[in-house]
Amino acid sequence: MKISRRDLFVKLGKGAAYVAVLASLPKIAWAKWNAKAFASTDLKAAIEAKYGNMSISDSDKVILDAPEIAENGSVVPITVSSSLPNVSSMSIFVEKNPTPLVTSFAMGKNSINEVSIRIRMGTTSNVVLLVEADGKLHRAQQEVKVTIGGCGG
Amino acid sequence: MKVKVKAKEKDGVVKAKVLIKHAMETGRRKDKKGVIIPAHHVTEVKAEYKGATIFSAEFGAGVSKDPFVKFQFKGKAGDQVSVSATDNKGQTGKSEATIK
Repeated sequence: MKISRRDLFVKLGKGAAYVAVLASLPKIAWAKWNAKAFASTDLKAAIEAKYGNMSISDSDKVILDAPEIAENGSVVPITVSSSLPNVSSMSIFVEKNPTPLVTSFAMGKNSINEVSIRIRMGTTSNVVLLVEADGKLHRAQQEVKVTIGGCGG
Repeated sequence: MKVKVKAKEKDGVVKAKVLIKHAMETGRRKDKKGVIIPAHHVTEVKAEYKGATIFSAEFGAGVSKDPFVKFQFKGKAGDQVSVSATDNKGQTGKSEATIK
């Protein structure tokens, strides 16, 4: 295959740029972002992608604090907490969002299990909190009414 | 990516507030020409205290623009807490605060 000199230099340049980008990537060790769970378009699939087949039971020891009515679906304040011992993670799902898994928090030894965040809701939906402790999932859920949807649609 | 952290201790409990300046594009919005604006959002946030990760979060596009997170841990005033964040394009931001 005959390749012009111009093409050759373009290819070399792109190759060099590629190597330069790879070399400059941050060296912090990041936890692997769970792409599959975050891309799941269905609540059940998202939970399975995140937690596999762990048993789920409703519990009054996990608390989902969410408004009854969210005026603005772009910014819905949520606080999640749990009094259970050995909590390893807490995850928030919005059932009717295009991709239900919104966020997941990994708790450490000296963490106190209470986190607040602002999330987006596309429409009135069930918000589900799953707290992982001792290999089991403990659930709390609440419907949040949304007057103006927040997914930018 | 700009990250701001504030932390205050009371009775051995540190309450930290983190604000990250980020558009958090969901990948569902269209621009004026009707072309989809690609997804660009924070994917992970990590908080470190005394050399250990005391809290970390994975974010999807469902987290609001300019993510604001509050978390708590056992700690002491005078110590440092640092928070770093990364997004799906590999951009990163980091900030440190002395616990008040």
